[in-house]
Amino acid sequence: MSITDEVRNIVASHGKLPVDVGTLADEADLYAAGLSSFASVQLMLALEEKFDVEFPENLLNRKTFASIAAISAAVSGLVADHQAA
Amino acid sequence: MNMHSPAHAGTPALCERMRRVAKIAAVHADDVDARARFPEEAVEALRTERLLGAQIPAELGGDGATIAEIAELCAILGQACSAAAMVFAMHQIKASSLVSHGEGAPWHRAFMARVAGEQLLLASATTEGGIGGNLRNSICAIEVAGDTCRLEKDATVISYGDMADAILITSRAHADAAASDQVLTVFLKDQYTLEKTHVWDTLGMRGTCSDGFLFKGEAPAEQILPRPFAEIAAQSMLAYSHILWSAVWYGIAADAFARAQAFVRAAARRSPDQTPPGALRVAEASSLLQGVKASIVAALEKYAVAQGDEDKLSAMSFSVAMNNLKIASSQTVLTIINHCMLICGILGYKNGTPFSLGRHLRDAHSAQLMISNDRILGNTSTMLLVHKQDTSLLG
Ligand SMILES: Cc1cc2nc3c(=O)[nH]c(=O)nc-3n(C[C@H](O)[C@H](O)[C@H](O)COP(=O)(O)OP(=O)(O)OC[C@H]3O[C@@H](n4cnc5c(N)ncnc54)[C@H](O)[C@@H]3O)c2cc1C
Repeated sequence: MSITDEVRNIVASHGKLPVDVGTLADEADLYAAGLSSFASVQLMLALEEKFDVEFPENLLNRKTFASIAAISAAVSGLVADHQAA
Repeated sequence: MNMHSPAHAGTPALCERMRRVAKIAAVHADDVDARARFPEEAVEALRTERLLGAQIPAELGGDGATIAEIAELCAILGQACSAAAMVFAMHQIKASSLVSHGEGAPWHRAFMARVAGEQLLLASATTEGGIGGNLRNSICAIEVAGDTCRLEKDATVISYGDMADAILITSRAHADAAASDQVLTVFLKDQYTLEKTHVWDTLGMRGTCSDGFLFKGEAPAEQILPRPFAEIAAQSMLAYSHILWSAVWYGIAADAFARAQAFVRAAARRSPDQTPPGALRVAEASSLLQGVKASIVAALEKYAVAQGDEDKLSAMSFSVAMNNLKIASSQTVLTIINHCMLICGILGYKNGTPFSLGRHLRDAHSAQLMISNDRILGNTSTMLLVHKQDTSLLG
């Protein structure tokens, strides 16, 4: 499964969105779809657990969680760093 | 010029203007409190001194004051009349949304020029029946049809709603929007009606006249701020609210402290050979007051570094720092004023003495409820599940 698909699954299970995640494009604005800051933290914790990474301070902002594509890009970067280390 | 220095050369002149307002506000503070009436003399003086436009950019007719300068002004007025100072602070918090997020929009630019030119007073309606202080959620939704927008809101607390020239009000962005997908809209006085639903007869901050209203408005849709409220809340409102509120509370505590210190100094002058019993408590209160001041200054410095940088302003570290300021200052000012009451004894407890502290204590009690501290601690605790607190001293 691609990182984007895994992210999608985690958004579906932890994002607490009032809409079906399947209807959202990768680039769709998750905040407009109803992502709360509380849910974004839960999402972050689930992603950290799933990918065995830690979000550094510079990624702890709204932009990182603005869309499935943005989250996937952040996670891909962290996974790559993790493997390089 | 030092980029991180919170103040600039315009500060003394602004402060001088605010001191003249504070003098007038102090005369009426007890009456404002006793009758739970709007501090009209103070607000009139703010208009005369043209301070309602202090934050509006100079090219639009204001003073272009920084957040640090506005905070200093709040602290000055807070030492004279808490209600007037909170009215000024809330107005400036709304002005900050316009200045930070409305500069690119023609309607909002023109409106800013009017705020400065006509000294318009701005009120805020975020609190909603069924939502309380959870300002990042709305039940009501704005309805846009063609060029017109309409909104009805059960706004349970709008400070000086009756006296405002315009109200900035939050709602969902449209009928199908999620609760957190919000916008902020400016409605002018002749574009809305207010039906009073709650009367503000409270323990303190009585002069803010924060009645509840059923708000019904209709206006051109271009009056909706062009950025999502989520961004406005994170990038200007959070910092301005917590810093300016804290500055007002600091002012209240500073005046209480001045009264307690005067009480002890009078006793010391009467018997110079004996240290008065309250002297130790004055020293303790002085240390606490310095702590509040230092927290506000540190938050101003943090804001100065983050200003204009969306990433820094929306970072968790920034939200945690601003939330922490609010929690610490709202709690500490109460401890300080209570110390002052112990120092002054009955003369502090009684109304109408030079050492009276009842009003200060009652007004300061609002601080913990003005967006409930429990709610704020809840938000911070969530962020601290992922955000690691910066443990450096100067970082
Ligand atoms: C002087 C003053 C002026 C104000 N002016 C305005 C104004 O002009 N415009 C405006 O819109 N609002 C204004 N407010 C309202 C204010 O900012 C808060 O929104 C409001 O006081 C919250 O109301 P509440 O305590 O009933 O509701 P809630 O926020 O719902 O809190 C009620 C209680 O429930 C508990 N609680 C609720 N949710 C949580 C949670 N998630 N976590 C932990 N505890 C929780 C808290 O302990 C709290 O005491 C003003 C308030 C004051 C004191």
